[in-house]
Amino acid sequence: MSRQIHIINKNQKSLETILSIQNLDKKYGKVHAVNNLSFDIQKGNVYGILGPNGSGKSTTLGIILNVVNKTSGNFSWFDGKLSTHEALKKVGAIIERPNFYPYMTAVQNLQLICKIKGVSYDKIEEKLKIVNLYERRNSKFRTYSLGMKQRLAIASALLNDPEILILDEPTNGLDPQGIHEIRQIIKEIAQNGTTILLASHLLDEVEKVCSHVVVIRNGVKLYSGRVDEMTASNGFFELQADDQNKLKQLLESHSSIGTINSENGVLIANLSSELSASEINKFLFDNGISLSHLVKRKPSLEQQFLDLTNNQ
Amino acid sequence: MLRLLTIELHKLKYNRASKVLSIIYFALLTSIALIAAIKFDIGPIKFHLAEQGIFNFPYIWHFNTYIAAIFKFFLLLVIVSMMANEYSYKTLKQNLIDGLSKKEFILSKFYTVIAFAFVSTLFVFIVSLILGAVYSDFNEISIIFSDLDYLFAFFIKLLGFFSFGLFLGILIKRSAFAVAAMIVWLIVESLIKGYLYWTFRNIKTGTDEAVNGIMQFFPLESMANLIKEPFTRLGAVKSVASQIGENFTKDYSVSLFNITIVLIWTAIFIYSSYALLKKRDL
Repeated sequence: MSRQIHIINKNQKSLETILSIQNLDKKYGKVHAVNNLSFDIQKGNVYGILGPNGSGKSTTLGIILNVVNKTSGNFSWFDGKLSTHEALKKVGAIIERPNFYPYMTAVQNLQLICKIKGVSYDKIEEKLKIVNLYERRNSKFRTYSLGMKQRLAIASALLNDPEILILDEPTNGLDPQGIHEIRQIIKEIAQNGTTILLASHLLDEVEKVCSHVVVIRNGVKLYSGRVDEMTASNGFFELQADDQNKLKQLLESHSSIGTINSENGVLIANLSSELSASEINKFLFDNGISLSHLVKRKPSLEQQFLDLTNNQ
Repeated sequence: MLRLLTIELHKLKYNRASKVLSIIYFALLTSIALIAAIKFDIGPIKFHLAEQGIFNFPYIWHFNTYIAAIFKFFLLLVIVSMMANEYSYKTLKQNLIDGLSKKEFILSKFYTVIAFAFVSTLFVFIVSLILGAVYSDFNEISIIFSDLDYLFAFFIKLLGFFSFGLFLGILIKRSAFAVAAMIVWLIVESLIKGYLYWTFRNIKTGTDEAVNGIMQFFPLESMANLIKEPFTRLGAVKSVASQIGENFTKDYSVSLFNITIVLIWTAIFIYSSYALLKKRDL
């Protein structure tokens, strides 16, 4: 899904850099929260920032959103055409918990944001409907549940029809119902071609919506690029036959096959170079083995992520 | 500028505590008029305060601005909490993310302080004008509009005081502690003053002059000096004093030097607030 969107957008617009980060550094005393981080955000893509808790995701977002001071390095919005706070008027962002004035209603809070961003009140009703809060629009913010607060935060981030939507752990602390609702909303926004930057430690979340990913650990960038090109892996086969021992011997003799493991009676053969399922099937059949089970898989994002964060 | 002011007023408008405090404040300002109603009528002793000359132009400007300045603590609470709330609700962070710069954020607060000081001054002006029109013995235009520098001093006094409150709100981030810090600072200034009196007790040129020469540079003292107490200036009090052999020779006028000191403190407070905000990670 997300990949299709990416391709469509790429055809429509020439690549336009929305955000560029160069050699960004942040130290909190001795803690090196962000270490020489560089990456670019292009228009129309959906980016995920992946990293374990405390890896520097939120700090990075805090820096580009003008609430955390960088120690060194640079970042520029929209090719440096706008100052940071002017650029932020074209950005929609939610970081950590939703922060609004508890004594104001949803509508009053959104009106305030319209004033700050310098846009008219026209969109308030529409955005409240998108996040299903229209019925509760005149309730005070302090009466909202966490899920409703998070949805109001999304509505506020959408008020200016942003060029880019930045979400930091948008489903954190929500119940399954709430998580589903938020993901649904994010998917709809992505389908409209809005650039999204999503920070999360939840891999399936990123896998479901993102086309590109930046992986960081301890403030160091481990990978940035397309989700499906994250590891150099050529994938692996799951194989099963009546004579597992002979199957294993044959596989070991094949030049394209690397390590072989056995899991629950199924052989897992990792590929060291490109090899199609039909080629391996033909090779085995010619050598007198008929398979009862053959699947070619790419490693899951979770597997890739763990490989990346463990190897380095 | 108007945009920043409307942003801040939007935040205050819906806050019940701020609204109640502001209403109490302006009600108290109006209540100065109630002094006019003070009357004793005990047999032979007839005393009507309004007829003792306190509402005579131009003395009324001095008297009313002095009394009105006492009520500024109500607005101080509003101002300190409008700053500290941004921290406790974490909305400061959200404001910045939404595209307000740190400079704009401080300016929106400062403009609100100016607006509060200005509206207060206007209010005192109108109330005094009406009271004077009713009770003053002199009604010539030239007398009515003389000594208006007390109103200007009142405005500067509020501006300096509220800027101090704003700064403490940012520095301490909690309303109650910020107000407490203001009180602590007042005590500190008093202690320093006491210490100076003790140090200079034997000085030949006069202890008062030496102490005031130093104390006038402290923030709260300089604000207090802007409008000197008006009571000993009152005709009735003066005549009583001269009967018992006291003679007041005091300069009651508003000094330009004093105004400059308070304006410099205001600039220091606002700039430090900005510097503090700029330096902090939120």
